[in-house]
Amino acid sequence: MNITSIDDVQTQLEKQTYIADRGLATAIYLALKLQRPLFLEGEAGVGKTEIAKVLAALAGRDLIRLQCYEGLDVSQAIYEWNYTRQMLHIRMAEAQGDRVDEGELFGRDFLLSRPLLHAIETSDDTPSVLLIDEVDRSDEEFEAFLLEMLSDFQVTIPEIGTIKAQTPPIVILTSNRTREVHDALKRRCLYYWIDYPTFEKELAIVQAKVPTAAADLSRQVTAFIQELRDEDLYKIPGIAETIDWVTALVALDQTELDENVIDETLGVVLKYQDDVVDVRGGKARDILMRAKAR
Amino acid sequence: MSDGYLLKNLLLFGRILHELGLDVSPGRMVDVVNALAVVDVGRPTDFYYTLRSLCVHKREQIPLFDVAFDHFWRKEERGVELNLRDNLTNVQKPKPIVVPPALDPESEVFGNDADDEKDEEEQPVIEVTRTFSANEQLRTKDFGEMSAAELHDVKRLMAQLIWQLGQRRTRRLQPGRGDYLDMRRTVRANMRNSGELLSLSWRRPKIKPRPLIILADISGSMEQYTRLLLHFLYSLTEGLDQRVEVFVFSTRLTRITRQLRNRNVDAALAEVATAVPDWSGGTRIGDALRKFNYTWARRVLRGGAVGIIISDGWDRGEPALLSTEMARLNRLLHRFVWLNPLLGSQEYEPLTRGMVAALPHVDDFLPVHNLASLEDLAVHLALLDSGQARRKRQGAAFVGRPR
Repeated sequence: MNITSIDDVQTQLEKQTYIADRGLATAIYLALKLQRPLFLEGEAGVGKTEIAKVLAALAGRDLIRLQCYEGLDVSQAIYEWNYTRQMLHIRMAEAQGDRVDEGELFGRDFLLSRPLLHAIETSDDTPSVLLIDEVDRSDEEFEAFLLEMLSDFQVTIPEIGTIKAQTPPIVILTSNRTREVHDALKRRCLYYWIDYPTFEKELAIVQAKVPTAAADLSRQVTAFIQELRDEDLYKIPGIAETIDWVTALVALDQTELDENVIDETLGVVLKYQDDVVDVRGGKARDILMRAKAR
Repeated sequence: MSDGYLLKNLLLFGRILHELGLDVSPGRMVDVVNALAVVDVGRPTDFYYTLRSLCVHKREQIPLFDVAFDHFWRKEERGVELNLRDNLTNVQKPKPIVVPPALDPESEVFGNDADDEKDEEEQPVIEVTRTFSANEQLRTKDFGEMSAAELHDVKRLMAQLIWQLGQRRTRRLQPGRGDYLDMRRTVRANMRNSGELLSLSWRRPKIKPRPLIILADISGSMEQYTRLLLHFLYSLTEGLDQRVEVFVFSTRLTRITRQLRNRNVDAALAEVATAVPDWSGGTRIGDALRKFNYTWARRVLRGGAVGIIISDGWDRGEPALLSTEMARLNRLLHRFVWLNPLLGSQEYEPLTRGMVAALPHVDDFLPVHNLASLEDLAVHLALLDSGQARRKRQGAAFVGRPR
């Protein structure tokens, strides 16, 4: 990936239908130039994961993805020994009357790479792209595993030694902020908080993602969601919901937003029953009026 | 601007950020210099975002960073740095100091440390020889009826209570007798057996203490208990290994977790006093819970948490709202405990509108009016996951009556 400036980042992302504002483009540009991981925080559905996919596409690489969860350990995230092969190897050696060498048994041939190691091994002339998704879902123990990987782009396996990436991979970490991730981890990264987009930006995203939608529909849905975000909701809809909603409405052959269709499809946007009950009917009508006046 | 000048200013700016509490070291500013080498410094937006992405790693810090950035790079002339630093420090601490109303002129909950230390130095012998019966009386006396001297003693006894909270099995595995085969250790242990697995190694789930979250009522009706309860919250935060999140509310909800983390109890409580804007106001429990559920629950509530509300249940808000939000919070918690100082009285019946609305969503309804009730609470919490603490059924809390 040949990126020469922040403007260039913006243009390249746009080609992949990702609309990024200047701040995000700067953070991405620096992550690429300084070869540092990029830590993205923001509410659900603002396009954190999407960035990794787009960067992978730009780099012409497959995205290597690690979904975090509580209890995620070395054998799932970094490497695991191929026990079946090890057992067979021991038996073969036995049959031939050889002694099994421990160094051989715990060597590269018997190693299975998991996402982190895989990213390091495959990062050659073009860097690999690694997404460590929803770090906040993992536990503190796992964060400790990440430290070596993120500061030196290397992994140490006691039996083999240290494996270092030829070129530093592009690493994106995301967090929904369901808990504070440790500072030691964040310190190794560039940090960017992705906010909900402005009306203009969100409209541009919708138009780029769902080009088949009628102009009025995209505009009204975007305005409706923007108004909805000011309401006192348990879960505020993200951009992902806006795109889903427009897509759903296009599938229903809608060219405009009206009261009935809002009531029927509100579940695409609001994911908590309390919120649906609160908005459906009168409140939705008011919001629609404001949205159309926008 | 020449490079030397820029570097000097960057280092100064870094120092200011550091003083404002941002995690910025000189080393970090070297990173910034390296980053600036690859962006167009002449473009203010790019300059701003470059600094921000390296110096800030929490969303809450962004506004503070913005103020500092504006002052330093946009408005102020160079050369007034000292003055500037004062300005910035003021930005962080604009709150007037509001100390909760005194229980008694001599009360020492918020007294200064010097006096306390002196006190301890002068009376070490008395401390040890205090008779059992004196303590016994103190243990069962209502917090609300205590004199300043008794409060002083009770605080000391409170600090001696040992707190333990139930534990939960996490999904992380560790070596040990359990149901999960540890292939790595098994293969290694059986290498010499020609590939026959003669002995198996196992793993079991790691056990961790449950996170605790406390919401304490500091409204007017709780006034006589507030000071001591803050002490109680402090000793709980200190005494437990795990993360304890503490919020207080009357008309508004304030998070005081950070303030309570101060090593010195008096300093901690003084910080709390400054942080809370609405001491002894009216009570709107439902609104406070709603605020918690909507803005904090997702951030501070991790799996399997125990929640404690401390309140007398005098609520001026909407009972329906209280009921809804209690139900919502209950769904997020492993165990939901309501501590009510009024329950210390044998005659008390939970009949206020607020209590009636809240009680069906509570697992344990316990008194918190004297030292004995705190001891009972400590035992109750410690037994939460041992199967010995009684589990409520829907709509019927376990009610602990005072001894």
